[in-house]
Amino acid sequence: MAERRLDHGKKQAFNVASAPDYLPLPQLRALQLERLQSIVQRTYERVAHFRERCDALNVEPSNIQRLEDIEALPFTVKDDLRATYPYGLFASPMEEIVRLHASSGTTGKPIVVAYNQSDIALWAHVMERSFAACGVHPGDVVQNAYGYGLFTGGLGAHYGAEALGATVIPISGGQSDRQIMVMRDFGVTALCCTPSYFLHLLERATDLGVDWASLPLRVGIFGAEPWTDSMRERIEQESGIRAFDIYGLSEIIGPGVGVECSAQNGPHLFEDHFYPEIIDPETGAPLPDGEEGELVLTTLTKQAMPMIRYRTRDITAIDPEPCACGRTIRRIRRISRRSDDMLIIRGVNVFPSQIESALLRVEGTLPHYQIELTRTHGLDQMEVAVEVTPEILSDKVSGMEALQKRIGHALEQVLGLRATVRLVEPQTLPRSEGKARRVIDRREV
Amino acid sequence: MKIQQLSLFLENRPSHLKHPCEVLAQTGINIRTLSLADAERFGILRLIVSEWERAREVLEAAGCAVRVDEVVALEVSDETGGLAQVLGMLESGGHNVEYMYAFTLRRTEKAVLIMRFDDTDAAIATLAARGVSVLDPVTLFSDGQL
Repeated sequence: MAERRLDHGKKQAFNVASAPDYLPLPQLRALQLERLQSIVQRTYERVAHFRERCDALNVEPSNIQRLEDIEALPFTVKDDLRATYPYGLFASPMEEIVRLHASSGTTGKPIVVAYNQSDIALWAHVMERSFAACGVHPGDVVQNAYGYGLFTGGLGAHYGAEALGATVIPISGGQSDRQIMVMRDFGVTALCCTPSYFLHLLERATDLGVDWASLPLRVGIFGAEPWTDSMRERIEQESGIRAFDIYGLSEIIGPGVGVECSAQNGPHLFEDHFYPEIIDPETGAPLPDGEEGELVLTTLTKQAMPMIRYRTRDITAIDPEPCACGRTIRRIRRISRRSDDMLIIRGVNVFPSQIESALLRVEGTLPHYQIELTRTHGLDQMEVAVEVTPEILSDKVSGMEALQKRIGHALEQVLGLRATVRLVEPQTLPRSEGKARRVIDRREV
Repeated sequence: MKIQQLSLFLENRPSHLKHPCEVLAQTGINIRTLSLADAERFGILRLIVSEWERAREVLEAAGCAVRVDEVVALEVSDETGGLAQVLGMLESGGHNVEYMYAFTLRRTEKAVLIMRFDDTDAAIATLAARGVSVLDPVTLFSDGQL
């Protein structure tokens, strides 16, 4: 009998350098075109909703001769997913679909996304490339604190880390004290969660007397919500880890649409699978690389539920400059705002990220804040609640009033409108276990 | 001698004053004296406690924002003109009192003034030179009984 060797447990190191991240550009563009033609054909044949939209615009798959021809195709928006809820945009028969995920619909119906076997493998592949870009390797212990379940974060990161050959702790979200205990006791070296949840863990660890510097944690892979460079600075300074921005959305595949490399200069998009465009969110007109607008993505290889020209609502710009890491796939600027979390207050467009930058400008103010909008006598009122920290606390009423004024002034400068500042006791604003709840809108519109 | 004063930020809402007081009570820390400065929507609670380091620790653990400042404790006779006399000395020395509060030591029947200055050391020097009794923490927290 032939000798059988038990080598199932052996991990193969992922070879980053041979990943398609480094394809020569002409080769990458040719690959994209070939894949675009094929996915448009597949979607046109199999998804009635898409075919009707194309017919209305008098465009058909054979019109796609160059990559730019994509601009003739209709956009897909979130409402298309709602209108065809639950299965209307599937391009595979149910017997081929092996997984469904759904978004937590904050407005209206949830949206449902589907994967066949090949999509699941694709997702693991792009997540594997994501972890590799952040410097994660076999031997790393990855604590995956993204929620497991209908949300794509948990399982997406899980499969990718396993594909890479790292050790995964599928702890899911919540239970902060247990997260901290596991992080310490299991020698965790990489952590996946939302950036706001990480800040929460940092605070909680300090409360518990855990010495952050003594932990082997090295890498944070943070995503699922917009965060700023200042937030990254704070995270890296206070925890001593390197914090990477990972980008993704369920409609496209989940996490793994793009990720930052060691240069930490905006996420590289995995363009060989997700084709990016930037458009003017008002007119839908395409914008050149470097200009800021709404990111539109087309899945080039996903089979069960292809998305053609999906409007992400994320505001960014494609950065065409070559990256120091040598990847040829382009980067987008880090997303700090979405076209739909824009608040209109007394006719002024306000993004929560602007409020964050104003708060950071006032020395010592940590970005724990909440915006509350009300309307009295037809006029919008904005109140920003800010937690007091020992660093900004004065023993004099005049000192605290001056602080309130400084914050109010900074807000007015950044936003161009007046806000009431309310100082609140530490740890009193709600902390998110998932996405940050920054805005409470009590206006009856 | 300087005394450490703890300041806490409090929102102007029911039970927000009780919380830190309860925390100190549970730890067995006695509040020697206090003052509460209030603004429209918040207040600052200033505390003089015997074990300020431990008090700060338990208050911070209970989620309070705590600040420590150096203040001066003066003993004056509890009679007409006692305060005016001290303030006169400070004025002639060019010292500005940021804020102050007072209490009476039970056994000595002397009044104690807690004063906050910009330049604490200079104020102490002026007062000491004019024979005002600046209390050290030991005297203050032993209620004047040595």
